Amino acid sequence: MEIDPFIFRLSIFILSIFVGYYVVWSVTPSLHTPLMSVTNAISSVIIVGAIIAALVGSLDKVFEISNIFGFLAILLAAVNIFGGFLVTQRMLQMYKKKK
Amino acid sequence: MSANLSAIFYLISGILFILALRGLSSPETSRRGNYFGITGMIIAIVVTFLSVGNFGIGFFYVLIFLLIGGSIGSFIAFRIPMTAMPELVAGFHSLVGLAAVFVAISAFLKPDAFNLGVVGSIKLASLIEMSLGAAIGAITFSGSIIAFLKLRGIMSGSPITFKGQHFLNLFLGLSIIVLIFFLCKNQSNNLFWTIVLISFLVGVLLIIPIGGADMPVVISMLNSYSGWAAAGIGFTLENTALIITGALVGSSGAILSYIMCKGMNRSFFNVILGGWGASDQSTSSSNKEQKPVKNGNADDAAFLMKNASSVIIVPGYGMAVAQAQHALREMVDALKKNGVKVSYAIHPVAGRMPGHMNVLLAEANVPYDEVFELEEINNDFANCDVAYVIGANDVTNPVAKTDPQSPIYGMPVLDVEKSKSVLFVKRSLSPGYAGIDNDLFYRDNTLMLFADAKKMTEEIVKSL
Repeated sequence: MEIDPFIFRLSIFILSIFVGYYVVWSVTPSLHTPLMSVTNAISSVIIVGAIIAALVGSLDKVFEISNIFGFLAILLAAVNIFGGFLVTQRMLQMYKKKK
Repeated sequence: MSANLSAIFYLISGILFILALRGLSSPETSRRGNYFGITGMIIAIVVTFLSVGNFGIGFFYVLIFLLIGGSIGSFIAFRIPMTAMPELVAGFHSLVGLAAVFVAISAFLKPDAFNLGVVGSIKLASLIEMSLGAAIGAITFSGSIIAFLKLRGIMSGSPITFKGQHFLNLFLGLSIIVLIFFLCKNQSNNLFWTIVLISFLVGVLLIIPIGGADMPVVISMLNSYSGWAAAGIGFTLENTALIITGALVGSSGAILSYIMCKGMNRSFFNVILGGWGASDQSTSSSNKEQKPVKNGNADDAAFLMKNASSVIIVPGYGMAVAQAQHALREMVDALKKNGVKVSYAIHPVAGRMPGHMNVLLAEANVPYDEVFELEEINNDFANCDVAYVIGANDVTNPVAKTDPQSPIYGMPVLDVEKSKSVLFVKRSLSPGYAGIDNDLFYRDNTLMLFADAKKMTEEIVKSL
């Protein structure tokens, strides 16, 4: 019997939760704020779905209702991606050692 | 680009995201980690363009929206003051939530575009995944908006509660599940919209009863939700990068919530179900007001610290409000010149989000190896001459160790009272967030400095 591809995705999901668990526990508490801003930036990879939503359909009809939701999602996700990574970078630049 | 090849690339960007989080295990590796994250994101976006393969006029519009969003994001990132990080993060969470809702709506309206079947007969699994993704996304959105308004001070930080609140939330939560069940049966548009609307409402109701100082838990929790929403959409789109990222972010937020709850010795549900000691404890503090306190000024404080051999600084939310971190650094510099050994002690829930104090100190150029967590430094208070408490209160209250009746009993606190003398910068004797009196104010070795945190610190710098 063939295994449903859903089961594979579920396996990836559950294994990633475990990876996340161990990786996040090893994050030093002083970097918890950058951790939040960077997780926020990477969760905006949802832009992948937004791009598909914006681009699918016939070539001449760019702004069907489902496309419009895609474009709006791209806008929101882009704010997050740029804002999230840049503010994280800005914070991390400030962490310095004793001279 | 073939589906298999793009799946491999999505996997690579997922791995890069894992490395981005891994980098945060120490400040030295963290910057490289951030570059991994950025690379992962670029790979995911480029691969998506290539696999959709539509480079018509739509592609042009996508770039425009990307550019507009990117400019807004960059502008905010460069302009935001570090003290405003909690509300910035809350605001960003709301965007992820709303983006998830939009993608889910789009997938529901045009399932054939995502290979999910056709309108009216979407695959059952996809339908469940997208409605869950939409519901969690909507809760994340409206919840984060409320958190943002509270942190920004536009909305009062005090808990808003009403009778039957928890029943209402429970009812609405259950009704979402029931509606998803019916949606799977008849795929009606109206049901889908109802689910989204109810979820928006749940998000609001979930966050309004939670008070200001519990915000670290709330922000972490919303962080976690935004991850689960992304994962839900990831399942719908059968996209590995989204699934991996969603799982990472979801567990990251959950762990942070756990750490924050533990820092207050409260259960997660206790925080979520609202207000802390607001009603029963505030009365008992009034009869203690008569106790004498020792009142000092900046010169006394400067004299004490100059002649000390070691000083520990305990910052709290008050430091952030007063923006006193730069003045504090100047004070520490002056002390160091006098040969005083200075370190900083950070309580896990100090401030309004995890790591809030650390970022502010880093902004003021405090080297991170002078900053210590509670467990690392708590034993050092016994050997320290002066503890300088600036803007913290409940996290120093010795009552948490001695009085089982106290609402904060059992909460890990900094053993500030063990140091030879305590300087407590505070505007008045008013109780902290937990609504209880702090025993430390009335100790013999405590000198109260009644002033704004920044002003007092600046005055001390002058008299040093």
